[in-house]
Amino acid sequence: MTARIGVVTFPGSLDDRDTQRAIRLAGAEPVALWHKDKDLKQVDAVVLCGGFSYGDYLRAGAIARFSPVMEPLIEQAKAGLPVLGICNGFQILTEAHLLPGAMLGNDHLHFVCRDQKLRVENAATSWTGDYSEGQEIHIPLKNMDGRYVADERTLDMLEAEGRVAFRYLDVNPNGSLRDIAGITNEAGNVVGLMPHPEHAVEPLIGSGRTDGLPFFTSILKKLVNA
Amino acid sequence: MSRTPLDTVEHAAATPDVELPWAELGLKKDEYERVVEILGRRPTGAELAMYSVMWSEHCSYKSSKVHLRQFGEKAPENDALLVGIGENAGVVDVGQGYAVTFKVESHNHPSYVEPYQGAATGVGGIVRDIIAMGARPVAVVDPLRFGAADHPDTKRVLPGVVAGIGGYGNCLGLPNIGGEVVFDACYQGNPLVNAGAIGVMRHEDIHLAKASGAGNKVILYGARTGGDGIGGASILASETFDDAKPSKRPAVQVGDPFQEKLLIECTLEAFAEKLVVGIQDLGAAGLSCATSELASNGSGGMRVTLDDVPLRDSTLSPEEILMSESQERMCAVVEPDKVDRFLAICDKWDVIATVIGEVTDGDRLEIFWHGEKIVDVDPRTVAHDGPVYERPYARPDWQDALQADDANKLPRPATSEELKDQVLKLVASPNQASKKWITQQYDHFVQGNTVLAQPEDSGMIRIDEESGLGVAIATDGNGRYAKLDPYTGAQLALAEAYRNVATTGAKPLAVSDCLNFGSPEDPAVMWQFAEAVRGLADGCKQLGTPVTGGNVSLYNQTGEAAIHPTPVVAVLGVIDDVARRTPVAFQEEGQLLYLLGDTDEEFGGSAWSQVIHDHLGGLPPKVDLERERLLAEILISASRDGMIDSAHDLSDGGLVQAVVESALLGGVGARLVVPDGLDAFTLLFSESAGRALVAVPRSEELRFTDMCGARGLPATRIGVVDGDTVEVQGEFTLTLEELRRAHEETIPALLA
Repeated sequence: MTARIGVVTFPGSLDDRDTQRAIRLAGAEPVALWHKDKDLKQVDAVVLCGGFSYGDYLRAGAIARFSPVMEPLIEQAKAGLPVLGICNGFQILTEAHLLPGAMLGNDHLHFVCRDQKLRVENAATSWTGDYSEGQEIHIPLKNMDGRYVADERTLDMLEAEGRVAFRYLDVNPNGSLRDIAGITNEAGNVVGLMPHPEHAVEPLIGSGRTDGLPFFTSILKKLVNA
Repeated sequence: MSRTPLDTVEHAAATPDVELPWAELGLKKDEYERVVEILGRRPTGAELAMYSVMWSEHCSYKSSKVHLRQFGEKAPENDALLVGIGENAGVVDVGQGYAVTFKVESHNHPSYVEPYQGAATGVGGIVRDIIAMGARPVAVVDPLRFGAADHPDTKRVLPGVVAGIGGYGNCLGLPNIGGEVVFDACYQGNPLVNAGAIGVMRHEDIHLAKASGAGNKVILYGARTGGDGIGGASILASETFDDAKPSKRPAVQVGDPFQEKLLIECTLEAFAEKLVVGIQDLGAAGLSCATSELASNGSGGMRVTLDDVPLRDSTLSPEEILMSESQERMCAVVEPDKVDRFLAICDKWDVIATVIGEVTDGDRLEIFWHGEKIVDVDPRTVAHDGPVYERPYARPDWQDALQADDANKLPRPATSEELKDQVLKLVASPNQASKKWITQQYDHFVQGNTVLAQPEDSGMIRIDEESGLGVAIATDGNGRYAKLDPYTGAQLALAEAYRNVATTGAKPLAVSDCLNFGSPEDPAVMWQFAEAVRGLADGCKQLGTPVTGGNVSLYNQTGEAAIHPTPVVAVLGVIDDVARRTPVAFQEEGQLLYLLGDTDEEFGGSAWSQVIHDHLGGLPPKVDLERERLLAEILISASRDGMIDSAHDLSDGGLVQAVVESALLGGVGARLVVPDGLDAFTLLFSESAGRALVAVPRSEELRFTDMCGARGLPATRIGVVDGDTVEVQGEFTLTLEELRRAHEETIPALLA
């Protein structure tokens, strides 16, 4: 048996097809979800993909967070549904308060697209089981508003609870506090990160590495073994 | 608000003596008289607006048309061409049932006035051309030219242009996979912002811009129409309205990439359900262009109710609505029973869509405002029967002196130390330096099909996940070469783009061009243009790659000073399996470096002559297109059969530029030996065309050299991939670290 993983398309979502491909390559079944859907079609997990939902107008993720599909998603995520937010998806998750903190414009004020080195800090979440803690990976990063910020107490709490899932190595590409590239909620089912694992799933294509595939195999294993 | 009487067709016929501001709208006296002759009466204000904008240089190609005909007349026999010149973009068969459409356009003038929006809307416009053919856009490329890198205004223009291209293209979800960035003082007041796009579709999905079938509905969809980009139309407006309306409007259009993304998705969904009979994007000349072109390419006429156009500004006059260049709008012709479904798809994507008219069985384009007819024209006279000029042209009197100022006689480095110093200067010069600071502001990963992106020789996109079928595109141009000899310069641009596609392993198929020149009213510029077009048409014929479409940008000049003639050529290629692609980067130590082609003493227009001597003179490198074709065949075969692991074309900067780039990208150096019959300086800096550098695994050496020998392509072993330095034996050694600093620090230091 395999798992059904939903990918939500908001107006302005860009990496929805890419994410569906990554899910397929990992052996799971991608399910297209539309932002106006009022239910999640009984999927086993959901990915909020990258892009510029609603043009990033007002604030990245701020409008998408109020799409109809977010109502069941927020409710079920709180009950344990695995949710991965990539880039704009991460921004939406913070706007929806499923993850703490917020994303500001990159400190250098430019869009940045690069193959980014990361360290996996937490290999125990629903989406990182196939990595090992401390593993160094390269994942493409591309964003305008990628600077993760939170107040000191929240940052300390995230560190203390092991909820910093990924940290930038070598270069902090956007001024994120404490080099944070991705975080998880307390239960480990909701993960958000700025880099794009769906762009590192095939040799030759994109960065030419497959360092991102374990995100999708991790969740598949977890769901199938559950 | 009070109004003077509407200038209806009836009113125009009754008031033949009313003077219209035709000169302010850019029409010449004889052009205006021609309009009167066509109509048999004076035009209405709205008609004048349409004629003036459609008969402008930008829309009518009135100065360039007589020369551009050669692209058709000299077009090579080519089975791959599915749609040729004249449509929104050309379409090429790439096999397996796929068709690819691609085109390059300019957005030069707006980008100087307002760099961010000018460049952004340039991307938006070219992408809509691609959608209008029925294709899903899959990639963009951006050939850019700016003034001197250290000029203060370049720091205003370049970051804005780059941010605009990134801001728009990234938000659309289109990987930016290629292009160029060139600096030259001649572009100081006239930066060249060219934008290219590629789209993919199945053969059966090709759509054309025509309105056929009486009763079919004309649907305007996308953004509301506002007062941006109306330029001269405001003159008309001020005569028909009182002073109570907003007066200051931006001459440059403002882009909304989010709206365009929605437009892409809803258009493709409508195509997929076969709801569209004909389609046209709204770019330059807005509704004037879309309605007259759709109607003139179809079988009937068209009736449009202008009151139904959704407006952003309710005070717009009908003339302004017709001329508005508000972005992110398209016009579709849809059968009546499919209109509801079409509107439903637009609604799903939150895109405003409105039926504004219908196709008639007559042959007139009639436009109504408040129930009265304000336009009644034969649409062909607007769209196709614009003036055609045989502009005088003459070889400039300075051309001989320029060519006599031979760059081969410039002082050359006298010592090894000087040679080394010049190598460092070259790779650090703004034109030869790494453009990473620029390209990393563009998303090249999105869509998950990017195989190669800049700084590779060509950008490459996979179009079929099962078979690995892919397409490659390269854009090249060299204004310095073209200034020395426009005919040869255009062929060198073609040869370089052709070669760049082949070095990555793809077979060159077809050409698009963007011809950037000064004022056509200057006979010297017109001569440059005529020569460049003749060179390009001859070259395309010889290489078997037809020109499928393109764009002409004239009047790129400041006062009397024209830019260098700058034909930019895009070549599209196809590769059966992207897994066979050849990258630029050196892959493995021990691999043998072969120089393919002949190296002569050719320094005219070279990067060396510019960087070391600030010199432009002599003749550009010779062109041998048969050699280019042979070189391409060898590169493609070697790639397909796994005989080479990396390849890099040699062009501006010569061999040393190629070696340094391949070494830095691969993180591994090279040891070079100067072959018999050449000196180190010529080997490193000559810009002879028809050459490439390849790295051959030792196990493949015999097979590879046998192939070159049998086919008659000179292949000279010049060294080996090795170590962490670039060493030219007996001359100098430079560490990769030194080279990296020199190559990568220049652009951020100037522009960041």
